[in-house]
Amino acid sequence: MSWHVVWDNAGWLLEGFWVTLQLTASAVSIGLLLALVLALLTLSTHRYYRWPAETITFFFRGTPLLVQLFLVYYGSGQFRHELDSIGLWTYFREAHFCAIFVLALNTAAYSAEIFSGAIRSVDKNQIEAGRAVGMKNFVLYRRIVLPQALRIAWTGYSNEIIFIMQATSLVSIITVLDLTGVAGRIISKTFAIYEVYIAIAIMYLVITYTMVFIFSRLEKRLNRHKN
Amino acid sequence: MFNLEGYSFAIFLGLQQTLLVGLLAMLLACFIGVFGALAKTSSSKALRLSASFYTATIRGIPELILLLLIFYGVPTILQDLSASFGLEIIIDLNPFIAGVITLGFIYGAFSVEVFRGAFGQVPIGQIEAARAMGMRPGLIFYRILFPQALRYSIPGLSNIWMLLIKATALISVIQLDEVMRMTKIAANATQKPFTAYLFAALLFLAITLVSILIQKYLENKYTRGYH
Repeated sequence: MSWHVVWDNAGWLLEGFWVTLQLTASAVSIGLLLALVLALLTLSTHRYYRWPAETITFFFRGTPLLVQLFLVYYGSGQFRHELDSIGLWTYFREAHFCAIFVLALNTAAYSAEIFSGAIRSVDKNQIEAGRAVGMKNFVLYRRIVLPQALRIAWTGYSNEIIFIMQATSLVSIITVLDLTGVAGRIISKTFAIYEVYIAIAIMYLVITYTMVFIFSRLEKRLNRHKN
Repeated sequence: MFNLEGYSFAIFLGLQQTLLVGLLAMLLACFIGVFGALAKTSSSKALRLSASFYTATIRGIPELILLLLIFYGVPTILQDLSASFGLEIIIDLNPFIAGVITLGFIYGAFSVEVFRGAFGQVPIGQIEAARAMGMRPGLIFYRILFPQALRYSIPGLSNIWMLLIKATALISVIQLDEVMRMTKIAANATQKPFTAYLFAALLFLAITLVSILIQKYLENKYTRGYH
């Protein structure tokens, strides 16, 4: 048993912890914007808007995140010349960029499904009433549909954020030094396998349940009109 | 389009391993789910607490960490413990068994909730009636509770299956020859990583599609007579 390895490398582990939080924040914020676009396209009555959005959602929900990461990080090498000629290769050869790119698209696909479901379940009569008093689409969405959809979507969406936070651990496989990546490096130097893995497991538990706590507080706040 | 110089056959062989690991892990997950749900609703406080502890910890830790912890960590813990008793043992877990156990344990935690919900949906009057007729708890479970709960749990279990089969991709990290590892071999040998990983992605999409069809079939079959 060599628990001191964990204390000796605490600084390094905290750096990884920070990278994990940053990855989660970037993926969630970019993913949220993409998800809203995808959700609105999915709800469109126009076939040519709906079809691409549904294909993207189906692909990212139906394949493992690891396959998506490898497809972008290793797969982009197959198009190196093409990517180079349009100046994108400098991005795609960076594991960190690929990680955020894939995580954002992945969470966007799952969230789009949650959002479109929530928007669909907003009471039809309210939309008709809004139209009847002369609201244009944008005002109708901003004042009537989205605030209510947010409440309906909140539980599902907060679970999705926690899922994607945990899923960031996979980026260690494509050489990003997040919490899991740092743990792997420490283990290959010290062979303190379970000590380090148990330590980071506890760190992930702490992040997860902190998020659960914050989200349930926010949920209470969102629904404060109900009691 | 998918000219992988004969390596696509190797990936198909990997598919067998993926499905086998997935199905066995799902079986284990259901087994754990049923017993976990019974423990969570039991009158014994110790059972309730340990079931809650199990579901809360498993859900708070990323799958990858649990997999690495079980595959690399558990053997070293056991070796260290036995060394402190003066015994020299070497434990080598088989990646297939480690994969089944890990995925089964992770998704078992999710299926506990599914089964708990499903057991809760069986009307309490039926259980009281069965008790009044003199059925023992085991017989009530086998004849009344379980067959009906199974029907209520189909949607939840299908969701878990879709997550589980995608999570099998992670087992490539511990060197089991499933789809992802065979794809990696194909990608390296043919120098066409994008083609290879896209092929793997389409295989997973195919599994998802077939699973959706099976879910529809099962739902129809088990809700016959209830509409």
